[in-house]
Amino acid sequence: MSTNSTGSGAELLVVEDLKKHFPVTRGIIFQKQVGAVKAVDGVSFTVNEGETLGVVGESGCGKSTMARCIMRLLDPTGGRVVFDGRDITTLSRAQLRPIRREMMMIFQDPYASLNARKRVGFIVAEALEVHKLGTAAEIKRRVQELLEVVGLNPEHYNRFPHEFSGGQRQRIGVARALAVNPKLIVCDEPVSALDVSVQAQILNLLKDLQRDFGLTYVFIAHDLNVVRHISDRVLVMYLGHTVELASREQLYSTPKHPYTGALMSAVPIPDPELGRKRKRIVLEGDVPNPINPPPACWFHPRCPRFHEGHCDVETPPLKDFGSGHLAACHYPLEKWPMTDEEMRHGASSTTTPTPAAG
Amino acid sequence: MINYIIRRLLWAVVLFIAVTVVTYIIFFIIPADPARAVAGKNPTPEMILRARHYLGIDKPVYIQYLRFLKRLVINQDLGRSFANRESVNSAVAKAAPVTASLVFGGAIAWMLVALPIGILSALRPRSLLDRASMTFVLVGVSAHPIWIGLIFSYFFGYKWHITPISGYCDAINPSVGAECGGPVQWAYHMILPWMTFAVLFAALYVRMIRANVLEALNEDYVRTARAKGAPEGRVVRVHVLRNALLPVVTMLGMDIGLALGGAVFTETIYNLPGLGRTAITALNALDLPTVQGIVVFSTLAIIIFNLVVDLLYAWIDPRIRLA
Amino acid sequence: MSLLEVRDLKTHFRTDDGIVKAVDGVNFSVEKGQTLGIVGESGCGKSVTCLTIMGLNPKINTISSGEVLFNGDDILHTSAGKLRELRGDKIAMIFQDPMTSLNPVYTIGAQLQEAVLLHRDVTKKQARARGLELLKAVGIPRPERRIDDYPHQFSGGMRQRVMIAMALVNDPDLLIADEPTTALDVTTQAQILDLMMRLQQDFGSAIMMITHDLGVVAEVADEVIVMYAAKVVEQGSAQTIFKHPQHPYTWGLLGSLPRLNADVERLVQIKGQPPSLLNPPRGCRFHPRCPYVMNICKEQEPQLLPVADHADHLQACHLDDETKAREAQKLLAGMMAEAG
Repeated sequence: MSTNSTGSGAELLVVEDLKKHFPVTRGIIFQKQVGAVKAVDGVSFTVNEGETLGVVGESGCGKSTMARCIMRLLDPTGGRVVFDGRDITTLSRAQLRPIRREMMMIFQDPYASLNARKRVGFIVAEALEVHKLGTAAEIKRRVQELLEVVGLNPEHYNRFPHEFSGGQRQRIGVARALAVNPKLIVCDEPVSALDVSVQAQILNLLKDLQRDFGLTYVFIAHDLNVVRHISDRVLVMYLGHTVELASREQLYSTPKHPYTGALMSAVPIPDPELGRKRKRIVLEGDVPNPINPPPACWFHPRCPRFHEGHCDVETPPLKDFGSGHLAACHYPLEKWPMTDEEMRHGASSTTTPTPAAG
Repeated sequence: MINYIIRRLLWAVVLFIAVTVVTYIIFFIIPADPARAVAGKNPTPEMILRARHYLGIDKPVYIQYLRFLKRLVINQDLGRSFANRESVNSAVAKAAPVTASLVFGGAIAWMLVALPIGILSALRPRSLLDRASMTFVLVGVSAHPIWIGLIFSYFFGYKWHITPISGYCDAINPSVGAECGGPVQWAYHMILPWMTFAVLFAALYVRMIRANVLEALNEDYVRTARAKGAPEGRVVRVHVLRNALLPVVTMLGMDIGLALGGAVFTETIYNLPGLGRTAITALNALDLPTVQGIVVFSTLAIIIFNLVVDLLYAWIDPRIRLA
Repeated sequence: MSLLEVRDLKTHFRTDDGIVKAVDGVNFSVEKGQTLGIVGESGCGKSVTCLTIMGLNPKINTISSGEVLFNGDDILHTSAGKLRELRGDKIAMIFQDPMTSLNPVYTIGAQLQEAVLLHRDVTKKQARARGLELLKAVGIPRPERRIDDYPHQFSGGMRQRVMIAMALVNDPDLLIADEPTTALDVTTQAQILDLMMRLQQDFGSAIMMITHDLGVVAEVADEVIVMYAAKVVEQGSAQTIFKHPQHPYTWGLLGSLPRLNADVERLVQIKGQPPSLLNPPRGCRFHPRCPYVMNICKEQEPQLLPVADHADHLQACHLDDETKAREAQKLLAGMMAEAG
């Protein structure tokens, strides 16, 4: 499962059949569970040291929930998370504490993820202090070092978050994550809330830091372009499942799953000629609700290659298409870009879609 | 929805029991002894014992409580007063309409004041009107109702003879020996109490309404309404108010419920024989049944009002009704 | 005569900290049936420009000057009443966040009806029927049933369709769309853009598309203006802007895009961040961040001038034409996008 990596070595993070279900209860006095929101429903992948795994998907696909399960900010309902050789799935909080030093997270919203009442120095130093990594003077020096590494002025140690711009705040978030020298950094949509030019700054910074400090990233985003820029391997999620897992080259030149194809063709291309010439797959319906997932293949109600009687009856298994390129589809794409024959229901189809939740 | 209603009702029962139990417990922590008061002047120990037996307080606390609960639920009887052996039911029945007149009339008064001032202040922030109303809010919230009542009573009643100084008139069927009666007299005597009672609440509501309207004015859907070309009057009437005043419904229900419990200060100043004043008198006389009776009545009123308001809110707001 | 002509538009806001010059001298025009893309990052003034055209800025503490000619009439200085007649009728606007742009306590049918009744003398039934027509046109499934639903019963993409329906219900000449797809998922965004383009064909409206996403602009716009710090720095046809950009900021924007079909090691980044609009930099507003800055840039503000031989392509930069052509070439060569 993990053969095609460009990382330097050992498996740092192994996730096996990870599940996270949120119960739905009903009842007057005694709440009884009547169902579950299957936010993550069986995701498996491996990340090698020094590598970046990009995770792509739209709202409701479960990528953020999965990130929090990996970090043990949420407790998985099923499956295993093995970090640096240790099974951390069911460790207690006390047992987890030393491990938390090794895995850190960067969040999406630069305005909400920093405590507005604390000074920047405190924010960056907090992890160091919790893990007792040095004297006060050493910690202060380290913090100033970190501020410089992420491109901020170390003199601004005593300022408050609101005195910084969005991009600068995100840098503070990066400094905070770096403080304890983690092995793994999970980035949950770190650039989605930033302007394009600032986005470029942060992406460059993350790449530089990975090179300089030997970091491993799990990079979550909904923007395929961004994921392509920074990832070695890419995991595409839909409704809590893996639909495709491949190296960057494999995914972007020969995607197998129609959803991946739809995602790629939906991304607007900043080139007026190409943008209007190319064939677009416009999906029908909305991104479905994980409370009521469709039977069998989760994507079948919107799939342009839907084959009735098969796709809505038998769940497609994750098949290996060679060199570790996995996809869960009965009728994977053979050519990319998709041709008309490949599409059962094209962009201008007038067939009514099978009812999807929402 | 049904589940929600059933759950609220069950909670209401739990609340009711909790409140009455606590009242009983508090009463028994007070070191004074009602039997002594009932037993007359210079009571001997046997007289006190007899008084205790007569009042029924020689039994253990929980027996008393269970007896009270049984009597309440089965006979709807709140017991007999320790002080004058009158039925508590009738005492409450006499006092409740007085408090009700005060509270409902006062609520209408305060809404009539708060709504226009609150809305206009929000529509013209930082204007003279806005600053004046914020000052009014500050005064209304800070000044004690007793002080306000005395001031009003002095100027409007005593000096300028516009209204009576104090006293209550039955609206219908004046009781024997009462000095006045009939709806006009009733309203006339209630003007000052209504004003006094309303000042505090009006101030609070002006502030809340102003804040809600200001917030609603900044909502995206208001911008959409303007973008559609709606005139400002319509935008405020149709789009802003409906959303801004939803929370006011809840607050109103809660506040009326609370006030029904006994608008004590106002009743005291104006000598209105309402629930609040009756409760204070009973407390001083260590008259547990009367106090308990008023507590039961108030609790029921608050619970019912809150329930009605919650249901109303769930009905008005489509996001809850059709969740 | 252009459908919309904006001349030297300025919008300043009086705040406690001083005067914020949100829009500071903007010129452009929109022709009938055309799509104009306004692209720029947060704080550049693109949204305020649209709100000024629509007259939706707060009344107090806003100072607007210049001319906004709609079909020849100046609507910037006209009475509020006349502007209101146009709003929602001839000029319609849709906004960014569909989750909060609809009133939660009224059905969408009622809100559609309102849009019609504000401008047309018809019965309620007729207004409702018209609303239903539009719901069908924007692709809401089972519109006869959904018309009596409340906004919270729709998903984000569906709500944006309802907003579009509401905007088009009176057949406007101009539709202003302020970041209509920014808050939506990528596949939903594709649906909505597709829908808007189709509807533009059917209804014949002109569209002003405001966005920070250069990809969106490339896909839908005929003409493009690039805004920075309350001013226009470059404008021209979409082809021109993307194939022959002439302003360092445009180069920066294009270069900082990670691309689907190209592999760059490092993205071009523009150092620093956008300037404060209270005290914009002297001279060229972009100069503190410009890799090509010269002394003149710090003193003199560059005028928006046509590029040699291309009267329709305007840009505001002191660099000489040769350097610009050379740098533009370099940028594009580095970003060679193979046919996807």
